[in-house]
Amino acid sequence: MKIHEYQAKEIFREVGIPVPREKVASSAKEAMAIAQGLGLPVVIKAQVLVGGRGKAGGVKKVERLEDVEVIAGEILGMSIKGLKVRKVLVSECADIEKEFYLGFIVDRANQCPVLMASAAGGIEIEQVAKETPKKILKVQIDPGAGLLGFQARNIGMELLGNIKQALAFTGIAQKLYRVFLEQDCSLIEINPLVRLNDGSLLALDAKVNFDDNGLFRHRDNEGLRDVDSEEPKEVEAKQAGLSYIKLEGNVGCVVNGAGLAMATMDLIKRYGGEPANFLDVGGSSSPEKMKTAMSIILSDPNVKAILVNIFGGITRCDDIANGLLQVAKEIDIKVPVIARLTGTHSGKALEILAGTRVLPVKTMAGGVKKAVELAGGEK
Amino acid sequence: MSIFIDRNTRVIVQGITGRDGSFHARAMREYGTQVVGGVTPGKGGEEVDGIPVFNSVEQAVKETHANSSIIFVPARFATDALFEAIAAELELVVCIAEGIPTLDMVRVLDYAKGKKTRVLGPNCPGGISPGKAKLGIMPAASFKQGCVGVVSRSGTLTYEIASHTAEFGQSTVIGIGGDPVIGTNFIDCLEMFEQDPETKAIVMVGEIGGTDEERAAEFVKERVKKPVLGFIAGQTAPPGKRMGHAGAIISGGSGTAEGKVKALEAAGIEVVYEPEEVAEKLKEKLTDL
Repeated sequence: MKIHEYQAKEIFREVGIPVPREKVASSAKEAMAIAQGLGLPVVIKAQVLVGGRGKAGGVKKVERLEDVEVIAGEILGMSIKGLKVRKVLVSECADIEKEFYLGFIVDRANQCPVLMASAAGGIEIEQVAKETPKKILKVQIDPGAGLLGFQARNIGMELLGNIKQALAFTGIAQKLYRVFLEQDCSLIEINPLVRLNDGSLLALDAKVNFDDNGLFRHRDNEGLRDVDSEEPKEVEAKQAGLSYIKLEGNVGCVVNGAGLAMATMDLIKRYGGEPANFLDVGGSSSPEKMKTAMSIILSDPNVKAILVNIFGGITRCDDIANGLLQVAKEIDIKVPVIARLTGTHSGKALEILAGTRVLPVKTMAGGVKKAVELAGGEK
Repeated sequence: MSIFIDRNTRVIVQGITGRDGSFHARAMREYGTQVVGGVTPGKGGEEVDGIPVFNSVEQAVKETHANSSIIFVPARFATDALFEAIAAELELVVCIAEGIPTLDMVRVLDYAKGKKTRVLGPNCPGGISPGKAKLGIMPAASFKQGCVGVVSRSGTLTYEIASHTAEFGQSTVIGIGGDPVIGTNFIDCLEMFEQDPETKAIVMVGEIGGTDEERAAEFVKERVKKPVLGFIAGQTAPPGKRMGHAGAIISGGSGTAEGKVKALEAAGIEVVYEPEEVAEKLKEKLTDL
């Protein structure tokens, strides 16, 4: 789960990581009042949950008070990568001497947290990692011992070149790591972490992603969720215990298991079609879950055929079939539905579906071929 | 032979009094697995279908001489269950639970370092050595004893792929799990399959996210002589989206299916693009021998 910069900065402020004087606004008028309080110039930053807002024109420095309202209004009306800007952060202008990067993630391969830092701050760290990986300094953290003072100091010395600044860096790194652990983050970063002309350090931007699996321990963090930034159908699916991602194609699919769902999408593409979605109904699927799954897919007007691909284990094929039957009673399904049901209670499922408009197929490949064909083949 | 699991595996089921725990305890026992006990703190002394329930893993091990466990408790209790199984020095602990925080798994695996327990999972279907025993949730009817070793990050996709190895059957099928931080990885399984005399060919089923497949490819190139087939799911997955599994995400351009396929092919692993192709390719590989 991602949160906005202004929310992340709120957490930073609480733990004592230095951040600029700034406030969030939902209207141009509010932005104006904040700028007046801070003094000019100010920076107005779009609050959206995607990267690249600077390039999209979502970050502007404003010199004159009379321009604040207009520019804040412009940014508030923008859409960045499909996401509407609903809030802006109005921030004091810092005297930046140099930009750095500091962040923590879990290193999957080494199975430990890792501190990443770089003198190439301000640009996306993935880009730095790809083009000039040597510019990223990494320190693996022993999960038992935690981030050790000397580890952070050494990195600080290497980046900043003097011990006073290295000590300030260490303080920030340790606080940031504490948040990373305590809040079950999957990623936490300050990009850029800036050195001002007076040598002090400031977190100019902030990114905090929570591990979805850790949210049960942090009910408060759920309140930080920006539901407006999420695809409504994906939210609806999640609430029903389904995992759904909308795609651009016309072959809808309902599958049990994430791996099989991906493989089904891949096969649709391989046979000349385009998948309309990823959908994992999960294990032990009840008829209700199936109903929600089908109605979500049917609400996508691009969908021209639906393939149900179930390898029954815990999931019972008769439950899936009953779900299909119920949907057919309640919704007038105008597109062909192809069902490949194998495994637990598949015989029963076929009996349930006999005489309905659902087309049974024996294999995954056969089902995919049929679905692509009925959806009209290549787009 | 087989790997990790056989007729001598003595299992306790952590969370046996729950719905999933009791259901699968029964299913595993019906398959022939020695399910010798269960653990649910607070329900010690009870029985589930004649299987004795204990309050702690330590006590269960003492009474039943179990050497393995399988965890069915919900994610929020699974971390503790894992620590308990590792502390009791079981040889193998299979964690089915989905939804364990990544940082918890980091701590669990750090705790397991230098101890004798092998952790399989979490968020995995477990393992099965057909005809011998199963320590997992897979539908037994989809497997048959034979000579193909299967290792996979997925659940149902594993069953699908394994069904296309039916002509030769399977020595052991292992689902290592879909989370970013897991206990047993591809390399551990590949190494065991390479040593296992019953295994004649290996199928590895990967998916987007992380670099496990890439590292496994390196390992195959250097250390595996048996034929290996590869399958990678998620060719059509959009970047930045978590595809069901917590670990199945392309981030910052890394972890793509394309990159993994390249790595596998560079290591001499034959990559198949459709589950059905597995059958024909295995035939080629195994009749060549």
